[in-house]
Amino acid sequence: MLLEVENLTTLFRTKRGIIKAVDNVSLSLEKGDFISVVGESGCGKSTLAYSIIRLIDSPGEIAGGKIYFDGKELTSLSEEKMRKVRGKEIGMVFQDPMTSLDPLEKIGDQITETLMEHIDVTKKEAWGIAREMLEKVGLPPDRVDSYPHQLSGGQRQRVVIAMAVSLNPKLLIADEPTTALDVIVQEKIMDLLNEMRKEGRAIMLITHDFALAAESSDRIAVMYAGWIVEMGDADRLTKEPMHPYTRGLIESVPDVWVDREIKPLPGFPPDLAKPPEGCRFRPRCPLATEKCTKEPPGVEVDGRYVKCWLFEVE
Amino acid sequence: MLKVEGLKKYYPVQKSSIEVLLTKRRDFVRAVDGVTFDVQKGEVLSLVGESGCGKTTTGRILVGLETPTDGKIYFKDKEVTSMEKDELRRLRKYIQMVFQDPYASLNPRMKIGEHLEDSLAVHGIAEGEEAKEMAMAMLDRVGLPGEQFYNRMPYQLSGGQRQRVAIARAMILKPEFVVADEPVSMIDVSLRAAILDLLMSFREEYDLSMIFITHDLSVARLVGDRIAVMYLGKIVEIGETRKVIHSPRHPYTAALLSSVPSFMRRKKRVEIIGDIANPIDIPSGCRYHPRCPFARDVCRKDEPELEGDRHLFACHFPLELTF
Repeated sequence: MLLEVENLTTLFRTKRGIIKAVDNVSLSLEKGDFISVVGESGCGKSTLAYSIIRLIDSPGEIAGGKIYFDGKELTSLSEEKMRKVRGKEIGMVFQDPMTSLDPLEKIGDQITETLMEHIDVTKKEAWGIAREMLEKVGLPPDRVDSYPHQLSGGQRQRVVIAMAVSLNPKLLIADEPTTALDVIVQEKIMDLLNEMRKEGRAIMLITHDFALAAESSDRIAVMYAGWIVEMGDADRLTKEPMHPYTRGLIESVPDVWVDREIKPLPGFPPDLAKPPEGCRFRPRCPLATEKCTKEPPGVEVDGRYVKCWLFEVE
Repeated sequence: MLKVEGLKKYYPVQKSSIEVLLTKRRDFVRAVDGVTFDVQKGEVLSLVGESGCGKTTTGRILVGLETPTDGKIYFKDKEVTSMEKDELRRLRKYIQMVFQDPYASLNPRMKIGEHLEDSLAVHGIAEGEEAKEMAMAMLDRVGLPGEQFYNRMPYQLSGGQRQRVAIARAMILKPEFVVADEPVSMIDVSLRAAILDLLMSFREEYDLSMIFITHDLSVARLVGDRIAVMYLGKIVEIGETRKVIHSPRHPYTAALLSSVPSFMRRKKRVEIIGDIANPIDIPSGCRYHPRCPFARDVCRKDEPELEGDRHLFACHFPLELTF
């Protein structure tokens, strides 16, 4: 197993109280796996990603659980060692490419610097790799001489992917990498991620777009209010969702090829400073019963993980 | 209900004084570059395309937030562009807009209820107690019980709730025509369907005509009777929703459709080359030709007209395919 997240809890201490953004979450990822973490804003999907690369700043903290990555346990790693994991072993692509780019530096210099920081290459070799990487993500190699502002949003995101991949990471985490982009550019970025996967890298895509996740990944983890409520094979999960939230979410989004009415999900996500007692989806759940005032167990049904009383094994 | 003919909007490109001295030429961003369409009573037309294609500018011209560089707009057979100010103001009551960003469209210092009353007062429909009653009833109608929400401030509301306020503010005027500009793209996924449902319920109640601007073809499919696809300031294809979605004739429409993520997973793929062109420097001939895998010589020279009967497309070599 390349990545194993065990009972991870990440919380934020705010004025309004403690917010468990990620609450007792477990998932694992093998080499060459493509998993999507799907959910609405505030469900904890980005916090999960940031926890894995340990980029949680105060007032947030990883309060519990373990993260095993390629033989190391990350939550107890020193910051110095963690810096070597970040970028080199776990690559990161953010929604806004400018998070990772310096507006005042040429693209080539930025890739070169990143390379020289992490691996033993000469400047000349690094420039060669930079050109190669740009070509790989479908940009003309002479873009090494461009500044970020001379590129479109889609091109910038490709540069960030080129930068991430140049270090040959084993895992690439992409947090809403295409949310700010048009569908045509999105498709090209997704193609790139898929190529990375074919080379044996594991991919974790964080997205609010269920259809995008369904189309691109092997597995999907659905998050709601800090919990993974359902996780399993992407195809089967989208065709036969088990958790009422997954079902409701899928039924609420229109699909360009499917002729059907959409059904709105009632209510809205809870305030995590005061989450509802028991199941956090209970106030919005059409199937909620008395039982649901207690936290549902996470169970394994048919190779799928579901956190719902409906699937409790007697 | 609405007819638009040869609508254009050009923005001059800002240049430094040295550039102005060196070049005599004035450059323009051709945001909307000759757009013609109509919308029937009770009809929803989805305007789709990538960012920068001119769909939002078109919408803003229609509600009077931008003045067109050229072209004519007819609202119920009356020419709008040459109207006097007074007449125009009266007309505005019937044409309303719902904006994309519910965080920017409300006044942070105004109570929710006052947004609605203000709207009524500006158009001289009602004031005082009467206006308050109407506002309360409308808040109830959009799912924000007046008793609870009338006195709240915008910052106390979520994005979805704010968008309901924006819709209420537009609908309280009983408009005949609404331009909705990406009304759900900034709303949480699980709340989008409810907002769409709400908009569509008003459409039925008021027999509204609507232009629904969206980059999301799955939303366009759901709400639109017809779809118009824009590329670099022009409509390249327009027709009945089913026709356009299942048998697109323009290669751009096909490429756009084939890139929309779907639960059905992979379908046919239609290629598109490179990135969108610069709207200052629009390609010769068919403006889509540099990106079109099917382009031939004539496409580089002659600009195709938007032609056809009910299903119109601007292409020299239209596709024959079914999705």
